[in-house]
Amino acid sequence: MSFINYSSREINCKIVYYGPGLCGKTTNLQYIYANTNANAKGKMISLATETERTLFFDFLPLSLGEIRGFKTRFHLYTVPGQVFYDASRKLILKGVDGVVFVADSQIERMEANIESVENLRINLSEQGYDLDKIPYVIQYNKRDLPNAAPLEELQNLLNPRQIPHFEAVAPKGDGVYDTLKAIARLILTELKRGT
Amino acid sequence: MTTQMVMYDEEFQQISTICERLGREANAKVVFLVDKNGQLIASVGATENIDTTSLASLTAGNIAATGGLAKLIGEKEFSILFHEGERDNLHISIVGGRVILVVIFDNRSSLGLVRLRVKKASDELNKIFDALLKKVQVPGAGSPFAEITDDDIDNLFSE
Repeated sequence: MSFINYSSREINCKIVYYGPGLCGKTTNLQYIYANTNANAKGKMISLATETERTLFFDFLPLSLGEIRGFKTRFHLYTVPGQVFYDASRKLILKGVDGVVFVADSQIERMEANIESVENLRINLSEQGYDLDKIPYVIQYNKRDLPNAAPLEELQNLLNPRQIPHFEAVAPKGDGVYDTLKAIARLILTELKRGT
Repeated sequence: MTTQMVMYDEEFQQISTICERLGREANAKVVFLVDKNGQLIASVGATENIDTTSLASLTAGNIAATGGLAKLIGEKEFSILFHEGERDNLHISIVGGRVILVVIFDNRSSLGLVRLRVKKASDELNKIFDALLKKVQVPGAGSPFAEITDDDIDNLFSE
């Protein structure tokens, strides 16, 4: 839930990157962190295991500029993708304003993608959110891999509602900012509507 | 779902005054107020060398994780957390089930003193947040973003 601060003229919003294990959620944040001006970003925090798997979350605060005299700040979070970290995933969804689902394009990860979207829907509804109503975009990551499934197939399986989707190669940054801009735009549009 | 958090100048001043007094009376180094979603609401004291945004996010994560643990053993939540360090200590408490009050203190203070002062400050903060919540729920209190245009949003991404 966004936080509007009239006193400091700021609006804070929370974006969560969701998806199956090793799909590239943390890589998205790392790319954004490495390629954003120092004055527009805060410190990136990764609560990860020794093998660099996300244990609890990654966190990256970003400033996108001003709208009508209000500074817009976005807090980017990732969830741990591995199935058994479900309790942690639920906690991170608290107060979310928008979700990016990062799908792993590799054919052999299709089942994991589907399972993760289902899990997202369930965990959101436990917090009182409806995946069909909140700002939501899909990123098809790892498009450069030879075993990537055709876009059409991914769309059929993961995006029945035809929400905005982006093809990405996160380590190179392809599609990373497009995805971020799209979700930020949807969140601001939702705020404008005054939810 | 949680209610939209809005902070106005008037309440912000009241909250800051209470936090400043708490810092003084508890001999604390820093006092923070954070909402449960990890957004920093107010901070007073020696904050120059502290990354307040990260602190807010991690505190909320900490409270969320501890809350999850509490539910597993049949508790509603753990309303107070205490982390003891070599030099500095963290006292974290939940105010009115909504916001998180963080006090950083060293050996110039004590856990007992901090707990005592936090309790008093929490009651006062709770009243302000109650009033704030009512204010937000008044119809027409609307978001300042109701008037933004698609162009405003486009401009944000133009560069």
